[in-house]
Amino acid sequence: MKSKPIWLLALLAAAVALPLVFPNPTITTIAVLTVIFAAAATAWNIFAGYTGYIALGHAAFFGTGAYSLAIICQHWHVPADFTPFALLPLCGVIAAVVSLPLGLVALRTRGHTFIVITIAMFFVAQLLAYDLRGVTHGSAGLSLPIPLWSGDFYNMPFYYAGLLILLLALAVSWWIRNSKYGLGLLAIRDDEDRALGLGVKTGPSKLLAFVISAFFVGMLGALWAYYIESIFPPFAFDALFDVAIALMTFMGGIGTLVGPILGALLLEPAQQLFAVYFGQSGWYLVLYGALLLVVILLLPEGIVPTIRKRWAQWTAARARSSPNSPAPAPPLPPSPTSQHPAIAARGEGGER
Amino acid sequence: MDLILQAAIIGILTGGVYALMASGLTLTFGVMEIINIGQGALVILGAYLIYVLEQKLHLDLFVGLLITMPLMFGFGLLIEWAFVRPLKRDRIMLSILVTFGVALVIEGLLGLIFTTDLVRLQAWYTTASFQVAGFYLSYIYVFGFLLSVVLLAALYFLIYRTKFGASLRALMENRTAAQLIGIPVERVSAITFGIGVALTAAGGMAFGATNSFNPGSSYDLISRLLVIIVLGGMGSLGGALIASVLMLVIEDVTAVIWSPIWSTTVFFIVLVIVLLVRPQGLFGQVAGRKQ
Repeated sequence: MKSKPIWLLALLAAAVALPLVFPNPTITTIAVLTVIFAAAATAWNIFAGYTGYIALGHAAFFGTGAYSLAIICQHWHVPADFTPFALLPLCGVIAAVVSLPLGLVALRTRGHTFIVITIAMFFVAQLLAYDLRGVTHGSAGLSLPIPLWSGDFYNMPFYYAGLLILLLALAVSWWIRNSKYGLGLLAIRDDEDRALGLGVKTGPSKLLAFVISAFFVGMLGALWAYYIESIFPPFAFDALFDVAIALMTFMGGIGTLVGPILGALLLEPAQQLFAVYFGQSGWYLVLYGALLLVVILLLPEGIVPTIRKRWAQWTAARARSSPNSPAPAPPLPPSPTSQHPAIAARGEGGER
Repeated sequence: MDLILQAAIIGILTGGVYALMASGLTLTFGVMEIINIGQGALVILGAYLIYVLEQKLHLDLFVGLLITMPLMFGFGLLIEWAFVRPLKRDRIMLSILVTFGVALVIEGLLGLIFTTDLVRLQAWYTTASFQVAGFYLSYIYVFGFLLSVVLLAALYFLIYRTKFGASLRALMENRTAAQLIGIPVERVSAITFGIGVALTAAGGMAFGATNSFNPGSSYDLISRLLVIIVLGGMGSLGGALIASVLMLVIEDVTAVIWSPIWSTTVFFIVLVIVLLVRPQGLFGQVAGRKQ
């Protein structure tokens, strides 16, 4: 895989050039939301993919980030220029601070109970957004300053800000994946008690990953809030957000580096197109639900692990049949290790 | 004081109905180790089915259950067969996504058919009331509670006094061992899922007769049901029962002595405190290492 850096550079160049080549607002709107979701899925994967703890409450941090920016802008009279972009990290920090006690409580449990507790926490957060009327204005929502720029250029700053966060999240994800810390997280995923026995500080490790992912998701929530200009509790704290990033990650391949991005690239544009064409009717929900069902039933393992397995089988088959035997090689029997998702997904970590 | 007593009584009566919906959820979890996020949407579907029977055929709400419960049982079997059984790995997570997908499809279709206007089930006992302990109580609260008691008693009989129940409990304890001694694991799982969904038909009727609802009401319901089964301890039927009553009583009493706005929040605070002391819930078992 010597050509890998070139490919990565080409992809990056394509991502940077996209809004310049297609300045059409319909396309750039989809692009903005897609990078936001790709980054969110990548951040979610840092926690859920590497530790194996499935959290379905990250919409709480998305909403926290969104409301943080809205409230800051109101109180400090932030001008409607590029200043809000500079405030994104602050909003991420606020979301991370909020995630700390939540993580402490939730991570006392494991498995199913953890999932359900994170869902419950999400609902608490949404409820608070409705009920803390003094700060959030309840269901009346909050408005953010309307950006000064407009026209075809309107989406560009948001796109590049989202892309930057995506690259940052990807870099952090890559670094964790290839660090001793990440190895500890993967050990927790495979067997938490044994990891503890081997000296991995499981508690702080899990919590740190949880907070890191909350930080990125909070930044993205703030970016999203500035982009859509006014926020309301059911949209800032949206149960569909949790399901969407989890589905994207699963579709691409949970625990892999690029899987979440791949999933977001495929799913988010599809969702936006559904919303554009069927958003006014109930068909939108029906189609989205059906898409969800089809993806899971057809691709339960995710795209990246499936391709990797096929690739391994194909190269192995070619290596055996290449000398001078024209007879087709029998298909490789699936070995127990390649079947196991935890081990199959770990292949990526071994490349360093 | 009378107001608090009134709130507590209503809390207990509606808590019984929630116990019915939550026991389906916790039973499915205990036996199959999956979380049916679609439970809320299924409750609303059950309510709309009764609504249709009442509007078109003028059937009594409770008589309508004789039709909708078997219907929903069959629907549960279908969902299990089509979407849950094919999941071979990451069952917990994928089951959540799959049942959420089912819930979205149900919500979308209900929205197409019935629009998002709020409706309410009507019968003489939803409007008539009687006096008890100095306040008026609508008959439906008592009838709904009695329905829940009868169905929960039937459920307990099924689980603890029949051969099927013995297989079901064996599955809860150890799925692999149950399979080894010849219990038809898949069939028991499917029937359990069906029972859980059939219970939502009854829960939906009682919910729809005491609340206005539309297709979007399912989110509020599923969040409450999830919180109830976490508080009670996942997979524990008794826990679900106690947690339901606790939740509704706390909510209703808080609404009276403080403000309706904070009623749910106070309950969530109670939940967090309980979880700090007992992460596994009131009657749950510690999720440890599984071999």
